[in-house]
Amino acid sequence: MELTIVQELIETHLPGSRATVDDFMGAGGDHLAVRVEAEQFTGKSLIEQHKMIYAAVQEHLDSGAIHALSITTVPIAPGAST
Amino acid sequence: MSVMSDEDILNEITAIITGNRVALFMKGTPEEPRCGFSARVSERILESGAEFIAIDILPDPRIRQQLSAYSGWPTTPQLFVDGELIGGCDIVEELHTQGELAKILTPDAV
Repeated sequence: MELTIVQELIETHLPGSRATVDDFMGAGGDHLAVRVEAEQFTGKSLIEQHKMIYAAVQEHLDSGAIHALSITTVPIAPGAST
Repeated sequence: MSVMSDEDILNEITAIITGNRVALFMKGTPEEPRCGFSARVSERILESGAEFIAIDILPDPRIRQQLSAYSGWPTTPQLFVDGELIGGCDIVEELHTQGELAKILTPDAV
């Protein structure tokens, strides 16, 4: 799985967000760690925030292209994105 | 158990989640976890001293399918407290770091 594809999927799903994607096993791109900053997280529970990320990459989780996904979400204040 | 239908499995999952205050669905068991993420979450619960039930999802792939259909959460482990999904490994670790996990797992002790 190309890391930039995952990044684009997330940033398209959450307009205005910034995602960084790492392959934390360093092999094959199926164990990914993502860190996402987004206004859309503000006021949402951790569960809801993580579900938003899962939704962006759902088909690749279903297909097994992504085996494990470690998620860090960072809510940013609306209008504060640089 | 191979004669269980998908519906039987879903009913069983629902009964486990609603019938136990703390329920962990994981790969393997707390004694013999089969995945690093499952190991970490079960370790956190063991540390807290909370009573919990652990369910190994590996024996039948349909357990995982039905669990994810029930919870709307695609990956394992999944921790439920009082019938509600708390999250997987990342969220459990984040709650632990914030000091919130103990309050959720052992509210009477805090």
